[in-house]
Amino acid sequence: MSEPSLPAHAGRIWRFGDDIDTDAMAPAVWMKAAPEVLASHCLESLRPEFPGQVRAGDVVVAGANFGIGSSREQAPQALRQLGVQAVVAPSFGGLFYRNAINLGLPVLVCPDTSRLADGAPARVDLENAVLLLDDGTTVACEPVPAFLREILSAGGLIPHLQARLARA
Amino acid sequence: MSLAAAPAPARPATLAQKLVARAAGQEHVEPGALAMCRVDLAMSHDSSGPRRVAPLLQTLGATVWDPSRYVVVTDHFVPAGDPSAEAILHFTRDWTRRSGAHLIDGEGICHVVLPEHGHVLPGRLIVGGDSHSPTGGAFGAYMFGVGATEMAGVLATGEIWLRVPQTIRLQWDGALAPGVCAKDMMLFLCARLGLGAGRYEAVEYAGSAVAALSMQERMTLANMSAELGAQTGLVAPDATTLDWLSAAGVPASTLAGIDLAWWRTDAGAPLLATHVFDAGALVPQVAAPHSPANSAPVEQAAGEAVQIAYLGACTGAKLDDLRLAAQVLRGRRVAPGVSLQVAPASVRDQQQAEREGTLAILAEAGAELLPNACGACAGYGAARFPAGSHAIASTARNFSGRMGDAGSAVWLASPLTVAASAVTGRITDPRTLL
Repeated sequence: MSEPSLPAHAGRIWRFGDDIDTDAMAPAVWMKAAPEVLASHCLESLRPEFPGQVRAGDVVVAGANFGIGSSREQAPQALRQLGVQAVVAPSFGGLFYRNAINLGLPVLVCPDTSRLADGAPARVDLENAVLLLDDGTTVACEPVPAFLREILSAGGLIPHLQARLARA
Repeated sequence: MSLAAAPAPARPATLAQKLVARAAGQEHVEPGALAMCRVDLAMSHDSSGPRRVAPLLQTLGATVWDPSRYVVVTDHFVPAGDPSAEAILHFTRDWTRRSGAHLIDGEGICHVVLPEHGHVLPGRLIVGGDSHSPTGGAFGAYMFGVGATEMAGVLATGEIWLRVPQTIRLQWDGALAPGVCAKDMMLFLCARLGLGAGRYEAVEYAGSAVAALSMQERMTLANMSAELGAQTGLVAPDATTLDWLSAAGVPASTLAGIDLAWWRTDAGAPLLATHVFDAGALVPQVAAPHSPANSAPVEQAAGEAVQIAYLGACTGAKLDDLRLAAQVLRGRRVAPGVSLQVAPASVRDQQQAEREGTLAILAEAGAELLPNACGACAGYGAARFPAGSHAIASTARNFSGRMGDAGSAVWLASPLTVAASAVTGRITDPRTLL
């Protein structure tokens, strides 16, 4: 096993339910606002305390189909703006998944999130696709294809392409 | 043509596989493999388009790889309701003209005007900067949505990576009964299969009831593939497709080059799943707040009082949708206290509705005509539903707070059911008014 590929500090887990749509992350009425303003309303309709209390490094753990609905990438952008380290869920809306990778927000498919309790500390090891818990145990996620990890480690698609175009 | 009489292909493939293989420049692609695809066409609207991709292109030091292959449509912020929307529109128009890309300005909703302009052809791979981009799959194009960052990547390189999708076949046998339409099929599927059922694979609509649908009804199927969570929703092109494209002005020489026998799923092609439904048994569906997955036969919602009946969006205000509503509204008036709002999906559809008298039927029933734009469906402008209001809408999504205040509630239904509910002021089975 190699070293963790992301900052190794622990964040707290924020639990959300199934079928969370991108309108909830980036509400339509704030779509014309600046990114930090939009982010300050991220998921507030579900957990009003979330945008104010989430800290850099925290981990969002959600139910099935996280990020369904509109293709607006302000949804993963808002989570990243708030410092969310990764989103972990049994399944994702396909568009949200692509957008998150492209914006450099790690997304991990985790078949069984039952041991990831709300408020508990957790660290994300992207390269090995596991969450490290305080008691020393791990929760396994599906491996992220190397091609997508390259984009994530560059910080998203744009820096990834910058490097590629510079080489061309 | 009998399937049994056709020679079995060496490696039977789905329509989705064939579309991706062509774009990837390969003879054959296997589901699950990553494929780098050439993009035939890219489309953005005023929200996800220039205002967001231009700064990213600047960061990359790149320009649009082929401006003749990029179409920008204004639909989310028109008509401009405030100075910030006006500024977005100004930038969108100015940047698009300077970039040399196509601009379709104020003509209607992107998913409807793009095919109207003949841009969506069978066999193409098209990316759109909007989640309802699968709409183009109705024409046998592999069309799907991307976010602004990915769009910037496409515009810089002309390429996009795909994981070759598996195909889920949704087969509708038999024929739809009067008063039942494509929207009911999709609401039914959202409830029966669930919003994640598409698994970001391709879904393909097939069967006699699909073959019998008009192009715009097929577009409703493909459009709501987004709600099923599929990457795209395909209908194999046929004579209906070519006739529609011909009427849209696509040159005969272009259409003659489309091999209908090729752009279909081969017998024996690998499918992830096949679901077979009896179209004749389908009844009008209504999705209760706040998810399309809350769909059920109309009788379960019948009697619910509504103050707003909304015919709008790429899903529910195309010409064929307006015609369906007119079947119910002919010679009738909306109930007192009900606002029937109609936002025809495109200028062209509205003009045809006007010529043929469909619009007059809606107007005489008391409908209020709104601009040809996304309107309340996108929920960006002033036209949002107020707190406490109950609405029935022909749109695709009724997530809490999307079309209006968080205290509003939206039921989704077909244009027929929306019209019938407007007439009575309560959610109503349209078959009782036909």
